[in-house]
Amino acid sequence: MVSNNLFLEILLILIKIAVVLGIVLLHAAYTVYAERKIIGRMQARLGPTEVGPYGLLQPIADLLKLLTKEDIIPLEAERLIFLVAPLIVLTFAIVNLSVIPFHPSFIIADVNIGILLILAGASLAVYGIILGGWSSGSKYSLLGGLRSAAQVLSYEIPLGMSLAGVILAAESFKLSDIVNHQAQSFFGMNAIPQILGFIVFLICAFAETNRAPFDLPEAESELVAGYVTEYSGFRMGMFFLAEYISIYVMSLLIVHCYFGGWTLPGWLLTIFPPLKFVPAPLILLIKVYFFVFLFIWVRATYPRYRFDQLMSMCWKILIPVSLLNFLIVAFLKRGGF
Amino acid sequence: MPENRLSEPEDPFLSVLELQMGPQHPSTHGVLKLHLKLEGERIVDCEPIVGFLHRGLEKLAENFTYPQVLPLTDRLDYISAMNNNTGYCLVVERLLGIEPPPRGKYLRTMVCELARIASHLLWLATHALDIGAMTVFLYCFREREQILNFFEEICGARLTVSYPRIGGVRMDVEEATLEKVYNFLPEMERRIDEYEGLLSENRIWLERTVGVGVITAEEAIAYGLTGPSLRGSGVPYDVRKHFPYDAYPEVEFEVPVGKNGDTYDRYKCRLQEMRQSIRIIRQCIEKLPEGEVVSELTPDLDMMPGGRMLKAEAFNEVAFISFLQEAKEIFPKGELYSAVEGAKGELGFYLVSDGSGRPYRLHIRAPSFIHISAIPKLAKDHLIADLVAIIGTLDIVMGECDR
Repeated sequence: MVSNNLFLEILLILIKIAVVLGIVLLHAAYTVYAERKIIGRMQARLGPTEVGPYGLLQPIADLLKLLTKEDIIPLEAERLIFLVAPLIVLTFAIVNLSVIPFHPSFIIADVNIGILLILAGASLAVYGIILGGWSSGSKYSLLGGLRSAAQVLSYEIPLGMSLAGVILAAESFKLSDIVNHQAQSFFGMNAIPQILGFIVFLICAFAETNRAPFDLPEAESELVAGYVTEYSGFRMGMFFLAEYISIYVMSLLIVHCYFGGWTLPGWLLTIFPPLKFVPAPLILLIKVYFFVFLFIWVRATYPRYRFDQLMSMCWKILIPVSLLNFLIVAFLKRGGF
Repeated sequence: MPENRLSEPEDPFLSVLELQMGPQHPSTHGVLKLHLKLEGERIVDCEPIVGFLHRGLEKLAENFTYPQVLPLTDRLDYISAMNNNTGYCLVVERLLGIEPPPRGKYLRTMVCELARIASHLLWLATHALDIGAMTVFLYCFREREQILNFFEEICGARLTVSYPRIGGVRMDVEEATLEKVYNFLPEMERRIDEYEGLLSENRIWLERTVGVGVITAEEAIAYGLTGPSLRGSGVPYDVRKHFPYDAYPEVEFEVPVGKNGDTYDRYKCRLQEMRQSIRIIRQCIEKLPEGEVVSELTPDLDMMPGGRMLKAEAFNEVAFISFLQEAKEIFPKGELYSAVEGAKGELGFYLVSDGSGRPYRLHIRAPSFIHISAIPKLAKDHLIADLVAIIGTLDIVMGECDR
């Protein structure tokens, strides 16, 4: 009897993994398309139009191209590390998905240290970038890897510090607890009392995903392509895919930690009761899509930071601000909110 | 023998990374190569290496007749070919002692300023892209496209125009085209406001440009910088004001100058210059006199409107020799220098004529070449990220530098 139950449980988890992977990979592919379309419109051009209606098949064409391209390994490269680096980045980007709830009753592993696991996964993924840059045997890649190391040293601390406020408020590392706590809290979402923490986290999320204005490790106009300079074919595609998956991970994390996940704040429901009938997954999707859009929007708007400026901003501004946020949360907690 | 600055004995305690940046690099603006010595990302030493686009234009010019040299000048700074053409025409006109009729002068001034706007647009586009603002890039190209369309309507070509000719311009401009250009000006002003809205007060843009690549007025003069790169340091030198040519003495405009000589001031300078160019074009169209566009004194030569065009079948040796014979009688001996305010800086032509109908020597004072020599000074102790901003702010075009 016991073994039968265990078998069913494993099967259920495998199905959940397949569903999550399918949804997220499809989303990642079509985020590339959406990004090209949205930035195209923002920049007074069309974006992809040729492959399929409205260019809708473009991501599939891109994928096929990447899969069929030659996998070039430079002679100068440290072969083993060079081959493994993109795998590290992609693996840890996907692992992060396992502890994120998508629905009150849909989560692959509802572990009680969910946030810590995500922080760990995100920092480990950076090793892939550093190793990839180091092992390529190209100077541009090396500089890209070095920049990534400098970057991770600076943004990880404020990232963790801003999350500490959220954890303190909910008294739990579990993402589903954090979401439920917000729904019952006075403000309805963490973003209102912890606006400082939210801003710090948002800035760090841009640095974490290597997106503009912090796309320093792959800054095209400076380092050709940074750590991906020597990668081709699907190994490059893996870095690419990991970047888009981590956009989703970060957007989900922002929504869960600061915007109440799939719930709506109580005061909004009392003002506008029909909102009660909006299904939970839809609320989550809309919130996540908004932040994905924000990632794209910022890329089209802002110039790139210099890496020493990013470091000084993180150490001199973001860390004190996130500490202040932590203090505010502590006082609010004491005050009974 | 020039001193090789990079072969100094190595300091064993300094871990220096040597990097050959370019000639194929997204932001070396063509085929500039920089030999960098890096300590981490800090630039210890930097040596620009040029010559990848050398086509021997100056030597070629010695084998062409004076009108034939004109298309070569298109290929110097191919982004503002009108200014190059005008510069070359001026030096030949001064050799011949002729002057274009008023309408020709005004048209030349108008197209030169259009070309200056187009060039500054391309500069802003690539400079912003280097610093990471990719949207400005496409916005600038949108407006540049319109200016190139005007060039197409005016003379049939978009980039290598050869529209100014010795003694005037190739042909008159249609009234409808002038009207289109006139109507474009207010729109262009709005567009410049739009770029400023995206960049001028953008915190990241300020952090990336203020205090980067600073050069004082004295140093800038010592390095021979001209144009907006010099004016950014606060020196109000402008060939259009100091040695006026064409219709510039008759139009009103100001010479914008910067204060600190950093990348941001040069950016502000060029944006102001675009506004001044709009002002000049507006005055040119309003004041445009009637009459001929080519001087009547212009010698009846090949490529001259109304002149004898050498047909393809007639272009044999005999015809060419008789043509040269004719040219010999027209072009006097002499040696002279004249300059125009190109989009990048003072674009000078030094011409030696031995009376043979072909230039004995034509030297081009290319601002891009001189500006590149200032890169090591500007880039010292900056980071790689600043280096691309510095290359961008000097506004170099390798076609002009390598000739």
